[in-house]
Amino acid sequence: MEKTWNNKAWFFVLPVLLLVAFSAVIPLMTVVNYSVQDTFGNNEFFWAGTDWFTELLGSARFHDALIRNLVFSAIILAIEVPLGILVALAMPKKGIWVSVCLVLMALPLLIPWNVVGTIWQVFGRTDIGLLGYSMRALGIDYNYVQDPIDAWVTVIVMDVWHWTSLVVLLCYAGLVSIPDAYYQAAKIDGASRWAVFRYIQLPKMGRVLLIAVLLRFMDSFMIYTEPFVVTGGGPGNSTTFLSIDLVKMAVGQFDLGPAAAMSLVYFLIILLLSWVFYTVMENAGRDRAVKETAE
Amino acid sequence: MSVPTIATSRAAADGIPGSAHSEVALKARASRRSGSFRPKALIPIVYILFLLLPIYWLVNMSFKTNVEITNAFTLWPANPTLRNYAVIFTDPSWYNGYINSIIYVVLNMVISVAVALPAAYAFSRYRFLGDKHLFFWLLTNRMAPPAVFALPFFQLYSAFGLIDTHIAVALAHCLFNVPLAVWILEGFMSGVPKEIDETAYIDGYSFPRFFFKIFMPLIASGVGVAAFFCFMFSWVELLIARTLTVTDAKPISAIMTRTVSASGMDWGVLAAAGVLTIIPGAIVIWFVRNYIAKGFALGRV
Repeated sequence: MEKTWNNKAWFFVLPVLLLVAFSAVIPLMTVVNYSVQDTFGNNEFFWAGTDWFTELLGSARFHDALIRNLVFSAIILAIEVPLGILVALAMPKKGIWVSVCLVLMALPLLIPWNVVGTIWQVFGRTDIGLLGYSMRALGIDYNYVQDPIDAWVTVIVMDVWHWTSLVVLLCYAGLVSIPDAYYQAAKIDGASRWAVFRYIQLPKMGRVLLIAVLLRFMDSFMIYTEPFVVTGGGPGNSTTFLSIDLVKMAVGQFDLGPAAAMSLVYFLIILLLSWVFYTVMENAGRDRAVKETAE
Repeated sequence: MSVPTIATSRAAADGIPGSAHSEVALKARASRRSGSFRPKALIPIVYILFLLLPIYWLVNMSFKTNVEITNAFTLWPANPTLRNYAVIFTDPSWYNGYINSIIYVVLNMVISVAVALPAAYAFSRYRFLGDKHLFFWLLTNRMAPPAVFALPFFQLYSAFGLIDTHIAVALAHCLFNVPLAVWILEGFMSGVPKEIDETAYIDGYSFPRFFFKIFMPLIASGVGVAAFFCFMFSWVELLIARTLTVTDAKPISAIMTRTVSASGMDWGVLAAAGVLTIIPGAIVIWFVRNYIAKGFALGRV
């Protein structure tokens, strides 16, 4: 759409600007403030310069949490995106079953995050949970409280359970927007199921898939409540992701300086990685579009 | 995407050029497609079962007595009891949690949509100094980890004496809900042709009258979708809500953790409280089910 140049539009944006400035800029300034200072309590602060940042970037604790979180996000994306596409492709296209599927699938998305944690904490327990009990009955040694591998599997399955529906809903929305004529043309040409997917459905889902990958990356990288409720970051530190570590540091130990430095680095990593994802996928989309017009 | 591309690529892939176009192949394919048994339908069914199993277990537990939960492993309640729900509905410290949650979620929804409406209109209709940067900056707030903001929020709202009030949580949740609402509404508004605005002005409508009488009904579903997502993200968030409240505005999901520290775990009440937090979400989804797909289709979440 052709947009007119009008600087008075700023007045429309002003409420949002003030509100977000209040709830984002001021707190962020507090964080910046703490990140360059040291305190011994009593509201006395000393200039610390970049000490906290150098300490943080060299600390094994931060590296470990960062690597754990990156591995977690990678696994989550590798499972949820293909699974989401698969389920979306198999969903009915019209009739009452569409509503039933949509409502049931969206259900996990609207459960408070700590309730999600509670559900899985109970579900996985070997004494009273269906999953843990069945595993034990099958003779599998499963205990998410003591075994790091089991804890990881539980947290990943929980996240797949919680968020795959988001990918499904996005892909489904992309799929239903494809006009029927495309499928009819493919049918006349005798295109195989794979060709229909590769050359019609996948390109048409490109935009929503981009959103899905971005959202899933951001949210899995910021994950706090669910693993905290289920494993509390343990056993040991095996499921201590960045957010859990950060809250431990800021609220538990009240190390304001290091926590603030970590907050900023953490935020910047998310911004940077999201930007990289976005640019790479946008460019991939554009290349494909160019190729198509060339043909 | 052109049709010949599919045909050529398909033929190339199969190595049988031409045969794909034959009448026989087409018929064979058609009959295979329209068979009465569709194994494809199994995928959503299995997936939904996977989703419902843990929820079923929670519901199942909420109707059991604690003795049954801990001592006997039963797939359904042997002696169904409503005691767990009775505990919640008769104890104000429990049911006030629900009221608190609903108050701040609704407050947040109203504030977010109200401030997002004019902003989204500006972004969808006008170009102005720094508009692209502003839009991107708004979106970066969606990427801010709540853990980063928990402590500064506590200090900020303490300074204003707002700790333990509903409005504090509602304002704090605006951090991620306002950008989201602007993004969704902008998408819907861009779908409304600009000629409608111009015609209204020629007909002598003032801006507020035009906005509420003509424009709002056109983007009603967009407002619904935006409100839905604000509800969703405010309802499920715990970290910030818990940090900013002590007792008077404590959300139900934070009160739930109380049973953990009680002498001996009250599993039944915990499960019942969990089930009750699922219900408002389920009701809201049911109402917006026809719009969810459309809201997502805009690719604006």
